[in-house]
Amino acid sequence: MAGKTLYDKLWEMHVVRTEEDGSALLYIDRQLLHEVTSPQAFEGLRLAQRTPWRVDANLAVPDHNVPTTERELGIIDPVARTQVETLDQNADEFGITEFKMGDIRQGIVHVIGPEQGATLPGMTIVCGDSHTSTHGALGALAFGIGTSEVEHVLATQCLVQKKSKSMLVRINGSVGVGVTGKDIVLAVIGKIGTAGGTGYAIEFAGEAIEALSVEGRMTVCNMAIEAGARAGMVAVDQKTIDYVKDRPFAPTAAHWEQAVTAWQELHSDAGATFDTIVELNGADIAPQVTWGTSPEMVVAVSAAVPDPADETDEVKRNGMERALTYMGLEASASIDSIPVDKVFVGSCTNSRIEDLRAAAEVAKGRSKAESVKQVLIVPGSGLIKQQAEQEGLDKIFIEAGFEWRDPGCSMCLAMNADRLEPEERCASTSNRNFESRQGLNSRTHLVSPAMAVAAAVTGHFTDVRELMEGGV
Amino acid sequence: MEKFTQHSGLTLPMDRPNVDTDAIIPKQYLKSVKRAGFGPNLFDDWRYLDPGDPAIDNASRRPNPDFVLNQPQYDGASILIGRENFGCGSSREHAVWALTDYGIRAVIAPSFADIFFNNSFKNGLLPIVLSEDQVEQLFVEETATEVYQIAIDLAAQTVTTPAGASFSFEIDEFRKYRLLNGLDDIGLTLQHQDSVKTYEERRKAEAPWLFA
Ligand code: SF4
Repeated sequence: MAGKTLYDKLWEMHVVRTEEDGSALLYIDRQLLHEVTSPQAFEGLRLAQRTPWRVDANLAVPDHNVPTTERELGIIDPVARTQVETLDQNADEFGITEFKMGDIRQGIVHVIGPEQGATLPGMTIVCGDSHTSTHGALGALAFGIGTSEVEHVLATQCLVQKKSKSMLVRINGSVGVGVTGKDIVLAVIGKIGTAGGTGYAIEFAGEAIEALSVEGRMTVCNMAIEAGARAGMVAVDQKTIDYVKDRPFAPTAAHWEQAVTAWQELHSDAGATFDTIVELNGADIAPQVTWGTSPEMVVAVSAAVPDPADETDEVKRNGMERALTYMGLEASASIDSIPVDKVFVGSCTNSRIEDLRAAAEVAKGRSKAESVKQVLIVPGSGLIKQQAEQEGLDKIFIEAGFEWRDPGCSMCLAMNADRLEPEERCASTSNRNFESRQGLNSRTHLVSPAMAVAAAVTGHFTDVRELMEGGV
Repeated sequence: MEKFTQHSGLTLPMDRPNVDTDAIIPKQYLKSVKRAGFGPNLFDDWRYLDPGDPAIDNASRRPNPDFVLNQPQYDGASILIGRENFGCGSSREHAVWALTDYGIRAVIAPSFADIFFNNSFKNGLLPIVLSEDQVEQLFVEETATEVYQIAIDLAAQTVTTPAGASFSFEIDEFRKYRLLNGLDDIGLTLQHQDSVKTYEERRKAEAPWLFA
């Protein structure tokens, strides 16, 4: 018998029943809730006079709308405030644990799940947010859902799902110094396209993935959704187990050994077959920079902006031309000649402690280029902020002329006050460069934290490896 | 949920790939705690020349005359035709609510992003996958025709053009059944409460830490 993939194992473990057409009722172990996609779900629950099936399987946190500065003043925008207060009220009414705005554990939903051990290997995890794929880095099946499904999980602890196809993305060999999980996943998206993973659950594997820390794997899985995949995941290894140990929600003494034994099975068997296999060589991956309005519009920092004239597919060519106009770029311009106005280090992709350390390493002893208007450093949670301050990272940032903020989604989607002005260009560690994502008519270039800081200190995109080797 | 059986309607061409949910309904409108009222801000950034905000009255804004939604021949359109990877990006169901609130009943495209596709079914919006060539044909005919009206029959799984060409499409049986009957998913799942409880008992024995 052929071996099973990690995805097969996670799937089978959670099937409650199967319908005639092959769709399954899948049991959900953990639901994470935030203020933007949950109010209508709670309202629906109330209108139907239903109650949560399993209160303790839910964990709530406000993140999208929270201010990252002067928190003591509360949320000034009344509409945003109502939304956060609605989450608070819903969590209180139904008895759901919530890390409220004043709680040091508050942060971006995809950062706090793993940080608290609320995300565990082998779990099914959902959240009304597409980047839920992040949690797959711990060997879990995690995917984003819409508000109706949030309500469905609240009411039944289950979802009706159809199994996806399986894709293995293998990164062979190791990546060079200065090349991060972010660069790996951008290179993968550049190769397979933003719809390349549609209909698939992706398992990331290979030496370069094994060599990443669990946090680096989260960055990779976070962006699986940008390749169109339903989920991203990485097999459990010793790093995963060490990462989970002793976290507040992790299994304790009595259950720990039993859990670890079960988790050690969470990998694809030798001989498991995948519907599609994609391979990249780690050595070929350079630091990446997106140039357009879709994450697949990405090149190495040493490259030039592509020329639409070279594209034979008409729909694609039109898309490229449109993107260049929107981004205010010329075809064939070299990436490192592009100046930036603002820099954002943060988001559920890159706001964990290692990201901040990588950013600080480049920032140390340097300062913001005159031409750069603002550099925001936004930690992913209150606990990460505290840790960074204990390590003195905040001082490095402040000395470099950067702004050190409170945790939240911030300029990743600009629902709060942190945003770009029209036509401002940003080097951003977030995950989406869509039109107007960071503010109306804003221009976003996705990069790793080290690359973002390299742009902040030089004023334009720069291969961070140059700063690492010789200094400025 | 509103049933979907048959529907004939005017098409609205959205001729660009990778239309993302940020474009369908921009973030500033997600602060609402309601499900209704998103229609006037569907495709907001493309639809108006000046920036929008929940606090601004849409009637006071300048519509972008170049955008399809503002062209009189598309008034009352109810079937959107799009390109590949329609609905990519954020999981916001508000994108589907904005489309249905505006009056869209079906979206036809060569491919859809996964979460958008799922969300559509929960709201009686039918996403239909046709081949790239078939979608291209719809775009070409639409451009050449003053009033381009097509017919969708869910039971028969067909899309029929004014000239009588009929394209069939695939749909999961269970989803079709729910749409045809306008059934509430939660109610259906709760019919299987006992299976869920049995599953939980088994898992509690196998993986007790998940219930600790
Ligand atoms: S950081 Fe950005 S991508 Fe992540 S959950 Fe927040 S808004 Fe979404």
